[in-house]
Amino acid sequence: MKMGMTMTQKILAAAAGLETVEAGQLIEAKLDLVLGNDITSPVAIKEMDKMKVKGVFDKDKIALVPDHFVPNKDIKSAEHCKCVREFARKNEITNYFEVGEMGIEHALLPERGLTVAGDVIIGADSHTCTYGALGAFSTGVGSTDMAAGMATGKAWFKVPSAIRFHITGKPGKWVGGKDVILHIIGMIGVDGALYKSMEFVGDGIQNLSMDDRFTIANMAIEAGGKNGIFPVDEVAEAYMKEHSSRPYKTYTADEDAVYDAEYTIDLSTLRPTVAFPHLPENTHTIDEIKEPISIDQVVIGSCTNGRLEDMRAAAAVLKGRHVAKGVRCIVIPATQNIYMQAMEEGLLKIFIEAGAVVSTPTCGPCLGGYMGILAEGERCISTTNRNFVGRMGHVKSEIYLASPAVAAASAVMGRIADPDQV
Amino acid sequence: MNVKGKVFKYGDNVDTDVIIPARYLNSSEPAELAAHCMEDIDKDFIKKVKKGDLMVARKNFGCGSSREHAPIAIKAAGVSCVIAETFARIFYRNAINIGLPIIECPEAAAGIEAGDEVEVDFDSGLIKNLTRGTSFQGQAFPEFMQKIIASGGLIPYINSQEA
Repeated sequence: MKMGMTMTQKILAAAAGLETVEAGQLIEAKLDLVLGNDITSPVAIKEMDKMKVKGVFDKDKIALVPDHFVPNKDIKSAEHCKCVREFARKNEITNYFEVGEMGIEHALLPERGLTVAGDVIIGADSHTCTYGALGAFSTGVGSTDMAAGMATGKAWFKVPSAIRFHITGKPGKWVGGKDVILHIIGMIGVDGALYKSMEFVGDGIQNLSMDDRFTIANMAIEAGGKNGIFPVDEVAEAYMKEHSSRPYKTYTADEDAVYDAEYTIDLSTLRPTVAFPHLPENTHTIDEIKEPISIDQVVIGSCTNGRLEDMRAAAAVLKGRHVAKGVRCIVIPATQNIYMQAMEEGLLKIFIEAGAVVSTPTCGPCLGGYMGILAEGERCISTTNRNFVGRMGHVKSEIYLASPAVAAASAVMGRIADPDQV
Repeated sequence: MNVKGKVFKYGDNVDTDVIIPARYLNSSEPAELAAHCMEDIDKDFIKKVKKGDLMVARKNFGCGSSREHAPIAIKAAGVSCVIAETFARIFYRNAINIGLPIIECPEAAAGIEAGDEVEVDFDSGLIKNLTRGTSFQGQAFPEFMQKIIASGGLIPYINSQEA
């Protein structure tokens, strides 16, 4: 008897030209988009030079987004960007985004309508799993996979099994996508979904905005997941119609699909959540933090939390207040469009009046590149996605992960704080 | 094919940020990356490692970023094989794609300590701890991955398919 397929398995089966697939099966799938950035693309371009196939499979289905160390942080980064720029020019890549139009890749591509439901997407960046929020299969790979993908338009996959998360209820005032995903990672651990899909279902999803869903899918990798994926509902359809002219395809899991594990998340029971150093699984709710944790720096931005709603949440807390003396607060809208909207809504004025700085879009501080590196012994609360040893600077610095609202509240108080208590 | 060497032992969740910190990712030169391999958790690694040595770790080795610079740095440092209880999936793909041999074997990850002399036979998946006189059976690769490894990585494999 044929086994039911998960949503992910259905997308992969279609892309592999197969009627059915099952967990563990090795398949070759057609790709709708291949993505790379300024760190991973130069390595891929070098690998492509070794290939017999010359040129790219489809100049419209490759996205090159220099965003990590851009605007160039030093000479070596400038050389990497130059390599990507020249490759894009030579191969007439349609979706190459130069400074001025670039943004953080995982905020930029959905905004530009390049990712839609039913797509199979690989990106040489681990947070490529973000596009699962729109009902696409998308996953991070390395540079060699990117090179092979750019040349052939195909990639091999081992079909994943899945964990299903039933989302119910409505979140409280200061609870958003970041709290949902940190709660889940705290529950299942940083390898809790290793090699697996994380499939989100349930009527609570209607209470999560598109930006919340991007944040949740974005951090599937932080639980070891191969991908995170949401059903395509009216919210997702409205987003795609607004941003994309590409046709999309909706897949739903079979009723008899089998899952390795199932969890129920009642959004109404969640509280603002903070991940302590040095793993995203070290989570505590804001209420569990009894001793004051002083901070030196706040980062609000990244592919996880640099979208417009994140800017609005931070501004709602910072409005009419001031960043505590001795604390540096760095706000980074993820794309030019978000930057512009934040300006039009008066959010940038709120940030600047509060004593925060606003940066051009960049991944910069998230991975310890630039634009907010920590010194020995310094502590940062950040809306980014990883708090590994040395991630944002000195080996003896510390990162606490949280939502934009908690990060903004912490900036005001000079210690990790509940937005309700500022 | 056999490899033999001394073991550098690590724990759970060794992430790609400690394998090769992002502050060095403005380079993609293997030798330059190798010079900083593991420095945030093991400053002495690069001073002590000899060609052919092995890394053994517990669960979720290589978690985090997709940077291929991580397996490239390990390979360029001279490491002949990484054995772990489990690997993070992008690291797993990347290692195979660039031709760094890796083996999942929970028993070996538990039964091998730092400094042990270990020999690995890639054809059979047999891991021998020469220091302690024990041996472990590692998981064999599926045929498809064996072909990639035998070709020396994904690009040579694709080139051979096109021929």
